[in-house]
Amino acid sequence: MPKVTIDGHQIEVPDGTTILQAARMIGGPIVPPAMCYYSTLKTSGGYCRTCIVKVSKGSEKDPRPMPKPVASCRTTVMDGMEVQNITSPEVVEARKGVVEFLLLNHPLDCPICDQAGECHLQDLAYEHGMAKTRYEFERRTFEKIDIGGKIKLHMTRCILCYRCVKVADQVTNSRVHGVMNRGDVAEISTYIENVIENDFSGNVIDVCPVGALTDKTFRFQSRIWNVNPMDAHRDCPKCAGKVTLWMKGDVVARVSARKDKYAEVIDWICNECRFEKKELQDWVIEGPTNIERHSVISQNHYTLKEPSHKPVLNAVDAVDSSSTSNSGN
Amino acid sequence: MGKNLLLEHDHVPGIQSYEVYRKHGGYAAVEKALKQLSPEAVVEEVKKSGLRGRGGAGFPTGMKWSFLAKPEGVARYLVCNADESEPGTFKDRYLMERIPHLLVEGMIASSFALGAKSAYIYIRGEYFYVSRILENAIDEAYANGWLGKNILGTGYDLDLYVQVGAGAYICGEETALLESLEGKRGNPRIKPPFPAIAGLYGCPTVVNNVETIAAVVPIVNMGGDEYAKIGIGKSTGTKLISASGHINKPGVYEIELGVPVEEFIYSDEYCGGIKNGKQLKAVVAGGSSVPILPAHLILKTANGEPRLMSYESLADGGFATGTMLGSGGFIVMDEDTSIVKNLWNFSRFYHHESCGQCSPCREGTGWMEKILHRILHGHGKLSDIDLLWDIQGKIEGKTICPLGDAAAWPVAAAIRHFRSEFEEYVKHPEKIKDVQHYYRLNSLSEA
Ligand SMILES: Cc1cc2nc3c(=O)[nH]c(=O)nc-3n(C[C@H](O)[C@H](O)[C@H](O)COP(=O)(O)O)c2cc1C
Ligand code: SF4
Ligand code: SF4
Ligand code: FES
Repeated sequence: MPKVTIDGHQIEVPDGTTILQAARMIGGPIVPPAMCYYSTLKTSGGYCRTCIVKVSKGSEKDPRPMPKPVASCRTTVMDGMEVQNITSPEVVEARKGVVEFLLLNHPLDCPICDQAGECHLQDLAYEHGMAKTRYEFERRTFEKIDIGGKIKLHMTRCILCYRCVKVADQVTNSRVHGVMNRGDVAEISTYIENVIENDFSGNVIDVCPVGALTDKTFRFQSRIWNVNPMDAHRDCPKCAGKVTLWMKGDVVARVSARKDKYAEVIDWICNECRFEKKELQDWVIEGPTNIERHSVISQNHYTLKEPSHKPVLNAVDAVDSSSTSNSGN
Repeated sequence: MGKNLLLEHDHVPGIQSYEVYRKHGGYAAVEKALKQLSPEAVVEEVKKSGLRGRGGAGFPTGMKWSFLAKPEGVARYLVCNADESEPGTFKDRYLMERIPHLLVEGMIASSFALGAKSAYIYIRGEYFYVSRILENAIDEAYANGWLGKNILGTGYDLDLYVQVGAGAYICGEETALLESLEGKRGNPRIKPPFPAIAGLYGCPTVVNNVETIAAVVPIVNMGGDEYAKIGIGKSTGTKLISASGHINKPGVYEIELGVPVEEFIYSDEYCGGIKNGKQLKAVVAGGSSVPILPAHLILKTANGEPRLMSYESLADGGFATGTMLGSGGFIVMDEDTSIVKNLWNFSRFYHHESCGQCSPCREGTGWMEKILHRILHGHGKLSDIDLLWDIQGKIEGKTICPLGDAAAWPVAAAIRHFRSEFEEYVKHPEKIKDVQHYYRLNSLSEA
């Protein structure tokens, strides 16, 4: 099992673990932000470049540093590797650049965007970006289109993270949408507006980090901080039936999949659960959803936790503290 | 120092056809490789030759070949990169158009060395007519027993295919090329794994440039040691240079590596000097991606030594005072050339060709183009120059494939060596001939 040190925190991880996964095992502020990686989607990651880190020592065998910053979500840990994330001013500066690039053609009209409040790009910009934009040109815009009766695509907001494409590839059984064109006019498209007719297509809404794919049955009905998330389940023949209900009083305003602390879906849900089951009696309510991440949804009760592993000062300490348990989180 | 290995028979009438090519010693390398040498021995000759990839990066070909994984029962592929889309580079087209059988012969000898039973030539869409020439040559090679089953009775089988791309520069990047060849969207893959381990259809694959593969023919014929005697230092052999710009004799030249840049520009054997008796201002020595150098730095290194046409000499001084041999696209600019306009044109190209996968390249290339456009048309600010510098630095080294670097380097180099020219555009917009252009465009779109 390789050992890796990230910003001074050492951890032993299973073979094949990526730097990002190792950082998530450590937890706390040293976890690189990720806009395209998705734990439950194969081959995701590598695109957005927000998760870049510096590898200051390649491995025990080959201690040379890597010449360029690497995408932590797509770089496998080697034994003895040393990684710098927030302790490297270069990385922090480069990440600011990436955030600026992601926002370059983004409309920045959060007050009229339905995703505001649960948008990863908002959080990213707040935590890692600059306060001002230096871009002074017209931004790229697209018309909004419907993909199917229940999903709205507003490409203007898309950051081309490819997550929805991977969902369509891996979760649904027939992909009719993908990326068309290239460069900064590339767009997510259902080839000539083919309708996505598939029981699991709604999951593209949940993986979309921004307001590009939204649920038409909920769009503009409420700001997300005015609805209360509740864990609930039902017996569903198609999926696990474990969901989050977004309640406005006694009304089920929206149904979504449950997400982990990195806001990544734990179990995919079917379209029937998501779009059809909007009555309270459809569901067994478990209780309020615990939202363990920085978001207005958690109404300021969230603070970043200290890593469970103390900085390693020397090799002797390293052996003593190299517990892989994650219980402190 | 004229030395012709690849273009030796370029002047022979009808060399495109199999009969003439064969009469002038064609397919001797295949005969020698298949009948006298083992695959390992051919790889060994290529290693000894010191041949370096002619597609741009200059990676030693023998070493690349020896990295090829050879798991039991798994197919291996050789793919020839004929996507040649780098502005300023047109040597592969010349070679394929004039001596198509040289590439076919190189493909057979190289495939044999690598143990590939299927090989592909991936050619850019705009070279459609060249693909016809290649296909014709391949048909002739099949008809004469150089391709197909049991070649020369040795039991070696090989099929060679030509695949035409759809006109995207990015499909010249080797992993995007493989995606495209598989029928997918031409997005570069995230490496590792490298093609030598998992390439075409997930099988071990070698991707080489047209010229690299063609050079295997003289290497097999003369032996790696002999080949290594040509050239200078670690830049062995000959190189095709596509010379363009303000010179008297633009065209494709085969040079022995190590020719002084000054001789290449001014001698009548090559470029024949600057057109209309003008002064040399700058050179982009290896295709649009490599750093531009002003006249004094392209003719001599920072140490005052004559700059040579070789991998090492052109790179002398790093990016601060040097550049790269790249793909051999040698673009010469005279004293009247606007560096700002040239850079804007290059930036426009990279903006247009970015595949859009990673955010720094997708967004940054367009941003740089727009800033350059406004400087060029008299609407720039002094702070734009620093902004450009900052943006290119935030793209370089932070992308999936080297297109991001290729977009960043020209911007960095132009500002490094010609900053005052950018300042001039900002401070004296009245001197710019086309300053009204910007207003015209704007009023047109409002009308
Ligand atoms: C954006 C981009 C475009 C490229 N275009 C070409 C090309 O047109 N032809 C080529 O031979 N190599 C091209 N390359 C380099 C290839 O990725 C690869 O390195 C080369 O084909 C390897 O062949 P070699 O070792 O024989 O040089 C390109 C690379 C990049 C990043
Ligand atoms: S629509 Fe959303 S999920 Fe799909 S690529 Fe764009 S930002 Fe990513
Ligand atoms: S650097 Fe540019 S061309 Fe290369 S993968 Fe990224 S977006 Fe595509
Ligand atoms: S999360 Fe790693 S590149 Fe996007």
